[in-house]
Formats: sequence, structure tokens, C-alpha cells
Amino acid sequence: MKHSYYTFVGLMVLIVLLAACAPAAPQVVEKQVEVTRIVEKEVPVEVTRVVEVAAPPAAAKLETVKKRGYLICGCNNALPGFGYLEPDGSYSGFDVEFCRAIAAAIFNDPTKVEFRPLTAKERFTALQTGEVDVLIRNTTWTLSRDTSVGLDFAPTTFYDGQGIMVRKADNITSLEDLRGGTICVTAGTTTEMNLADQMRKRGIEYNHVVFETYDEVVAAYEDERCDAMTMDRSGLASRRTTLAKPEDHVILPEVLSKEPLGPATMHGDNQWNDVVSWVVYGMINAEEFGITSANVDDFLGSEDPEIRRLLGDEGDLGVGLGLDNRFVYYVIKHVGNYGEVYDRNLGPGTVFNLDRGLNALWTKGGLLYAIPFR
Amino acid sequence: MAPKSSVSTISSRVVPFWRDVRVIRILSQVAFAILVAAVAGLLYSNMKRGLETRGLSGGFDFLRLEAGFQIGEGIAYDPSDSYARAFLVGIVNTLRVTIVGIILATILGVVMGVARLSTNWLVNKIAAVYVELIRNTPLLVQLFVWYFAIILKLPRVKESIVLPGSIFISNRGMALPWPVPTASFRPWSYWLAAAAAVAVGLGIVCARGERRRGRPPFSRLWIGAAFVILPFLGWFLTPGGSPLLLNKPALQGWNYQGGLTLTPEFTALLLGLVVYTGAFIAEVVRAGIQAVPRGQIEAARAMGLTEGQTLRLVIFPQALRVIIPPLTSQYLNLAKNSSLAIAIGFPDLFNVAGTIFNQTGQAVQVIALIMASYLSMSLFTSLLMNLYNRRIQLVER
Repeated sequence: MKHSYYTFVGLMVLIVLLAACAPAAPQVVEKQVEVTRIVEKEVPVEVTRVVEVAAPPAAAKLETVKKRGYLICGCNNALPGFGYLEPDGSYSGFDVEFCRAIAAAIFNDPTKVEFRPLTAKERFTALQTGEVDVLIRNTTWTLSRDTSVGLDFAPTTFYDGQGIMVRKADNITSLEDLRGGTICVTAGTTTEMNLADQMRKRGIEYNHVVFETYDEVVAAYEDERCDAMTMDRSGLASRRTTLAKPEDHVILPEVLSKEPLGPATMHGDNQWNDVVSWVVYGMINAEEFGITSANVDDFLGSEDPEIRRLLGDEGDLGVGLGLDNRFVYYVIKHVGNYGEVYDRNLGPGTVFNLDRGLNALWTKGGLLYAIPFR
Repeated sequence: MAPKSSVSTISSRVVPFWRDVRVIRILSQVAFAILVAAVAGLLYSNMKRGLETRGLSGGFDFLRLEAGFQIGEGIAYDPSDSYARAFLVGIVNTLRVTIVGIILATILGVVMGVARLSTNWLVNKIAAVYVELIRNTPLLVQLFVWYFAIILKLPRVKESIVLPGSIFISNRGMALPWPVPTASFRPWSYWLAAAAAVAVGLGIVCARGERRRGRPPFSRLWIGAAFVILPFLGWFLTPGGSPLLLNKPALQGWNYQGGLTLTPEFTALLLGLVVYTGAFIAEVVRAGIQAVPRGQIEAARAMGLTEGQTLRLVIFPQALRVIIPPLTSQYLNLAKNSSLAIAIGFPDLFNVAGTIFNQTGQAVQVIALIMASYLSMSLFTSLLMNLYNRRIQLVER
């Protein structure tokens, strides 16, 4: 009886504290002190806890990552060349290497990264809730994602466009030939909307089937449930290599949309977005200067002031970002410059053999133009 | 820790209110309610603050914006319609598969449940294998099997299986002839309504007579006859030709046009749900039948009732009382399991809502809408089943 009475009083106090929140709490506590001592002891603990809960979450992602000791990167696991889970459990791909580059910039160690495979549908929620620090998962930069979805994008790492793959035997040469046909799409992508837009614009009636993952889309296309499948052209090129007979399929020359793919961070943490952005710029700058993972050590102590600033021999550009002054050096040393990463994952030596195209440096007719390190 | 003085000074007669059991009970319940409310409030304010710091606005205004994406099947919809309309298409698709699924699963379950109790060795074993195999494998796996391993492996459109009566089966679905209303459908529908009214009226007269005299005044077949004869007469008496025309599917371009096409996604989901839930219902039915005392069956036999009569008049009415409550939860499971549709590309509520929240970023609101939709569907099903359950309960005297 007595025992339950004190528990009850204790409970009441706790409730009042929770309900009334911090300011009203001390008064209530004083009244209760007359009744029993147990409460007196519990109070300080409870008050601090309530205050802690009420405080806004710390926005400094960089500090969180440093304290944790590793980076959590949201990536794809089913898109060879961009983000792919290898049979041995490791991750490979173009996007994945940018995750490693960020880890290298922060920790001087590209292995200090944990990959979280995400579906197209899960990815934004994962970033919004802070489950991942950065999202590098062939994600298109759009206005609504920048605003209402609450993301901040870092510079585009891959300029892509949406394409359509069809079977050679069907003799389809343009979108018009797909009138009345069925097209397979993945859920929760800009692809779904682009397709609807293009077809509406041209007044083409079509059927479509929406699946949650790439694997299902490709399986349904292979079983001829669909006459065509659509995703980013790089994705099509990548998935074509996994088809039973890649040579039986063609990607239509038509490009349905602009798809600038790049890393995204959560809106409102500028410092963290700066870190991600300047890692990307650093890699592009390094390619402009011809600095690669093989020769980066030769460039240390260079005479060129631009290179000195880039590699941290001069100035405090890295420190300004909250990183080590040599962060670009670490990135280039461990991961390489933009061109190296591209060639290793998508270039001529790989099964994808994707032309640099728009992704060449601005000096070579592409769109890559890095902001100067000054 | 406990203060000793307070105990000794209290008179034994007058119990202070804080020692009164009744008061404590009430207060502790109030306290618990406040605690729950406080925790809920804390979670809510936390969520709200979280959304604000991320710059995600609350509210449901986004539902009025243009959806801009296509939906594979369902009621009339265009990408230029609003998100609200798209959501509605999803709800209707979910209802479609759920309602058809519940009816078919009940039939399959009852047949299999009875078969499991059959004395025929083969029938009994087939039912047992079905129940054990289906009940003990995950539904998602079964859906993949139905969709990717069975339906998508059917012949391609151009090599469709042709069944008599213009039915075409391919991995693009099953195309069937389907009646299409013509201009004279509207006048004819009055005949249909009249037929329904007459049938209901006859039914009431019949039931009343049975209650009074213990025997229906005329055969119940007349009710069915009225329902068939009136529309039949109307068919010929309505001016402007036949009110329904059979529209046959024909291969045009990539797909069959005309008639009714059951898409592979719908078919696979329906098959998956029916077969899966049917196995559980079979067990519920078996348990219900076995709960009827043996003596009842023996008594029925002793009275000379046939097997069918025993099942219909003695076993089922009593078994139903045991069957209905667990059957209700199976129905609810079927409705909720339909959200696995996304795995095989059927545009149900969950699938469409997923696209909406991905395009708008309003995850919390969309998830709340999804939950509210499933909740109201489930509560409505429960309500109907509980009403039915009350009707068939044993009236205790």
C-alpha cells in the first residue's frame, strides 16, 4: 500500500513535469516536497532530461560525423557502375567513390564510410531523418527537391538524361512507335513524371507498370511484360550489361529529360553542404591541373600558387571548411581526381564504356567547371 | 525513506483520501491517461519541430496540385489530375482487389476447410498439403512466384493462348469479352431496379409466411425467377436495341484492345492474396466445424438427414459462431496484405501514395493519409462482421 502510494506520487510529479514542461516545473516540485523526500531526489534528474529533449537538435553534421568516426552514405546497390553491391559484400561504383572521397577528406581514410543501400522511394526520408549523412544515389537535382523535399544539393557529378531501352526485334526507332505499348518504370523517380510529361506533350497513349526497384523493372522487361523500360541513360547502359543478351537491346537516341545527378545533404546545414561541395570541386580542379593519385606527391610543394592552395601548402582554405588543410590531397591520394574515378567505373576500360560527353571538363567541351580554390 | 509520523497520527476510522483505495484507483487511471497524453504530446511536438527545422511545411494543400504521373490501371485518371485524385485511384484499386479477394478467399477457404475433414483420403491430403504449404511460406515470396515465375512466363501477346469465347491469355494479362452499355442501357436499368424491388418484396412476404406457418407460402425459386424474368422481358421491350453489347478483345498494335483486360499485376496480386488467405480461412473453418459437438452430428444422422443437410442445417449454423471472429481478422489481414502490391507493380493505395510522397516530400502527411485509409477500411469491415456476428450468435434463454 505505502509502496504504491510513493510510486504514485513520484509518477504524478513526473507527469506534471512532462506536461507542464520546464518553466512551471520548480513550483510544482516545491509543493510536493512537503509530502515526501523521494521526490526531492528525483527532481533534478527529471528537469534536466526535459530540458534536453526540448533543445533543438544540433545541426552541425560535420561534428557528428567526426565524433562518430565514420561517414554514413546513402547509396544504390543495384546499379552497376554507379552503386553496386559486389558478391564479396563490398560496394563499387562512381557514386560510391564520392562517398569514399568525402570520408578521405574528413578522416584521411577512404574506408571510414558505412554504406546504406536505399531504394529510390526510401532515400529522401532517410536523409531527412538523418539516417544517412549524405545521399549519393544517382539523384536528380530538381527545384521541388531543393525546396519542399528539404534537400540541399552539392555540385552535379554526372550530367545524365532519361532514355528508353527497347528490344531490337521490335523495330522501334522513336517514342511515337511506342503508341499503345507498355513501359516499365521505377517508383519514386523523376523518370516516372518525365515519361508522363513527354507522352502528354506528344499526345501518345501508353500503358505503364511501376515497380519499386530496378531489379523488378528489368525482370519484367526481360519477360516481355513491357515493350520498353525507361531510366537514366547511364542506368540503361549499366543494366544492359546484366541482361541475358545485351546485344538484343538498344537505347533509343531520344533523350527525354535533363538529369543532373549529384550528392545531396539535408537542408539547413550549410557547413556540411560546403564540405561535400568542395570535395567534388577539389576533384574536378585536380583533374584540370592534371593531379592524379599517382603523381599527387610530386605536386606537394609546387611553385604554382593555385596548386599550393588546392593541396593545402598555402592558406587555410581547408580549415575554413572545418577540415584538415590538406583535405584535397587526401582525397586525390586515396581516391583520385574526377577523371580517374570516371574512367575506373564508367570509362573505356569498363563494360559500360560511357563516353565522357557532357561530363568532360569545360576545357574539353563538357560541362564540368570547378569553382576556384581561393 | 518513508516518513513514519504520518502513519501513526492518522485515526483508524477516517481514511484520508490519498489512502482510499477507490480514490487511488481513479487517480491512478487519471494519472496514466495524463502520462499517455503527455508522451503523445511530446512525440507530436518533437515531430512538428523536426519538420519545421527541415523546412517541411505541414498541411494537406499539396493534394490539390497536379500529380503529373501516370497510373497503370483503375478509374478514370489523367496525369493532369490532382494528387487527391491519384490517391483516390489508389484507394479504389485497393478496394477492388480486397473485395474480390475476400469473396474468393472465403469460397476457397470454406471448400478447403471442409475438404480437410473429408473422409476421402485424396481430398483430405490435397487440402492438408495446400494449407501447410501456403500457410508456412511468406506471402511476398508467393506473390513473386505468381507474378514473375508463373504469369510473366505465359506466352507473349502475339502467341496468346486462345480459349473459346474470345478469351486471350498472355503475359500481358487476360483479355475477356465484356458487355458495354449502349444508349438504351438507362431505360433498361429501370427494369433491373424494378426486378430487384419485386424480389425483395417477395422475399419479405416469404420470410413472414415462414415465421407464421413454419413453411414458406411459395417456393423460394420464385424470387430468383422474378429477378431473372423481369430484366429478360425488359431487354426486348426497351426501345433502341439491346442495352448491352458484348465487346470482344482484338489484338491491335502492342496489346489487346476492347473487352476487359485483367492485368498480370492485378491477377497475380488477387491470386496471391486469395490462395494465401484461403489457407488460413480453411483452418478457421475446420476449427469451427470441429467445435460442433459430435453428438449434434450423430443426432442429425439419427433423424435421417443427408450429409448435405447435416452440413447445411446442423453443422454450419453452429460452426459459424466460432468461425466469424477469426474470419474477420483474416479479412483484415487480406486488406492490409494488399499493400504488398508494390512489389509486383500493381498501383494500389500504398504504391500510388509512395510516388506522391516521393514527389512532394510530404512523408508525414502522406503516411498519415495511408494509415487513415487502411484504418477506416479495416474498421468498416470489422463493423460489418461484428453486426453479422451479433445476428448469428446463439440467443441464450
